Amino acid sequence: MNTMVLLENVSKRFGSTVALQEVNIEIFAGEFLTFLGPSGCGKTTCLRLISGFERPSTGRVILDGRDVTGDPPYLRDVNQVFQTYALFPHLSVRDNIAFGLRMKKLPLAETRERVDKIIEVVSLDGLADRKPSQLSGGQKQRVALARAVVCQPKVLLLDEPLSALDAKLRHQMRLELKSLQKRLGITFVFVTHDQEEALAMSDRIVVMNLGRVEQIGGATEIYHRPATRFVASFIGDTNIVEAEVLGTDDGKILCRLEGGLQVLVRARNAPPDGKILVSLRPEKIRIHKTRPPGENVFRATVISEVFKGAVDDLTLRTEGGLELGVLDTNEGSDEVEFDVGEDAWCRIHPDDVIILGG
Amino acid sequence: MELERTIPASRISPPPAPARGWPGLLRLVHLSLAGWTWAVFAFFYIPILLLAVYSFNDSKLNIVWQGFTTKWYGLLFENRVLLEAFRNSLIIGAVTTLAATALGTAGAWILHRYRYPFAGWIGLLIFIPMVIPEVLMGVSLLSLFSSLGVPRGFVTVIIAHVTFCFPFVLIGVQARLDGIDPFLEEAAMDLGATPWQAFRLVILPYLLPAVVAGALMAFTLSLDEYIVTLFTTGSQSQTLPLKVYGMAKVGLNPQINALSTLFVAATILLVISGELIKKARSR
Ligand SMILES: Nc1ncnc2c1ncn2[C@@H]1O[C@H](COP(=O)(O)OP(=O)(O)O)[C@@H](O)[C@H]1O
Ligand SMILES: [Mg+2]
Repeated sequence: MNTMVLLENVSKRFGSTVALQEVNIEIFAGEFLTFLGPSGCGKTTCLRLISGFERPSTGRVILDGRDVTGDPPYLRDVNQVFQTYALFPHLSVRDNIAFGLRMKKLPLAETRERVDKIIEVVSLDGLADRKPSQLSGGQKQRVALARAVVCQPKVLLLDEPLSALDAKLRHQMRLELKSLQKRLGITFVFVTHDQEEALAMSDRIVVMNLGRVEQIGGATEIYHRPATRFVASFIGDTNIVEAEVLGTDDGKILCRLEGGLQVLVRARNAPPDGKILVSLRPEKIRIHKTRPPGENVFRATVISEVFKGAVDDLTLRTEGGLELGVLDTNEGSDEVEFDVGEDAWCRIHPDDVIILGG
Repeated sequence: MELERTIPASRISPPPAPARGWPGLLRLVHLSLAGWTWAVFAFFYIPILLLAVYSFNDSKLNIVWQGFTTKWYGLLFENRVLLEAFRNSLIIGAVTTLAATALGTAGAWILHRYRYPFAGWIGLLIFIPMVIPEVLMGVSLLSLFSSLGVPRGFVTVIIAHVTFCFPFVLIGVQARLDGIDPFLEEAAMDLGATPWQAFRLVILPYLLPAVVAGALMAFTLSLDEYIVTLFTTGSQSQTLPLKVYGMAKVGLNPQINALSTLFVAATILLVISGELIKKARSR
């Protein structure tokens, strides 16, 4: 895979605010990469470093093999879809879309051809002569998208482009964006604070917090094998439990959790020692009426239960006093139910106990 | 300027329909408000109307109607002194409008776009020429010009006019900038426009209604300015208001009526077309 963008040891300070610290990110040609993190973590700053609206305080920005750290935005082969769309209000849809090509001084005939083509691709047929003020939110979004991709940029940057849309349209646009990206083969760099959006669309996700990269990986990797406490708790719900390493045995680590419960953990890297943090996803803890076979089986009491349709949201307390959230899927209609106060057998597979770093 | 002054009155009219079933008191209030509005209109417009009517009066005196004539208009167009003053006013008005519009627009954009120390204070200072008494401004400019040894003439009047006109342009443009999409300029630059191209091709068209309105305002202000002009002009650059006042002191002349009628008509046309452009553009 070719590298399209490289952020190399990039730091960015605004006065005394440190927006980015020693960030290293490699973006591959043709991938859909998402920056995910809470508000203020530096996602927009990353995009603006790539588009050229900000310069890094230290470090380099490499675009398609060329150092563009000092280049102004209008000299970079990168286009952006802005959160507010920023359509030019005095220009028609067609002229908005043609703007970039006109700046590049493309021949008129080619400009026309490419604009017509992209209008079709983003299903804006029949709206070409309208002004932006005569468009709905979803249509504006498409114009902003068309205006950027018609320039055939090396990278398309999208800063929370769906956040201004209503929920239904947002879900539809997710799919459209993803399929558009597949069809055009353009590298998409997407920014969102919405984990669902990130998980649904991305080839890879960069999880950020407080100006640092916490983890880079595919959606399933980030969900199932979070690298840090932040990633584990930011993406989905989880139980984060302090633990102490007791020993190693046959590729597994024996840990004692808070409250005294002892569990086996699959060792992925070099076994850590001393105090650690582990993550136990609620849906990975299985509960039974009778004692199941296998490892990591323990008893706990149901202390609360909320029926949520597809799942029961339970809280259990172990004999040692450790409280765990558990999701019990309601697969069959004759599903065994647990009442508050009842004792249950719990089991978690050693693969599903995740040791967190950082 | 007559049109300008009536704006507060027109704001209270028309009164909202009284709530059904309310006692007569509210109706009375509404009626008297409507009456007041019309009285204000009458107060402003009847003199102008009379002026226009008497410009067609076949008498040297304004008081008695003698019959219809257009001879005052004929005489007016042969009146060298007035025509020259009119030409001077147009030159000063045109140059002032260009300079004040450019300065006001650029100023508003720079204040909006860039951060720098004391921005708040600079923003305030700019409006002083709008509110300072015209006499003070006239005197201060006069003493500035004479201490610099600048001879009074077109240049000094134009500088003076630009000084009090450009804040009006700036305010209008600033109001429009308040509602601008913060990423408009970046979007243009993102698509390959240099900062100057972004301003010319995207920001300026967006600001155009406010710029045109500001230009019309500047032109109108310059055209009928009296006091500041009096202090800063020279003998070769007498403007129409100065000449008209000079003539009126000697005695009322129907030619002045004719001239004023033309002036009011032109002003009304300008203001209306300005409003129309603004409406059409902002749609
Ligand atoms: N132009 C700026 N001036 C000062 N501080 C800024 C500027 N841009 C961003 N920041 C700060 O940098 C941090 C990261 O901001 P940003 O990249 O916009 O976060 P995100 O997009 O993840 O919400 C925030 O603390 C923000 O306040
Ligand atoms: Mg942001």
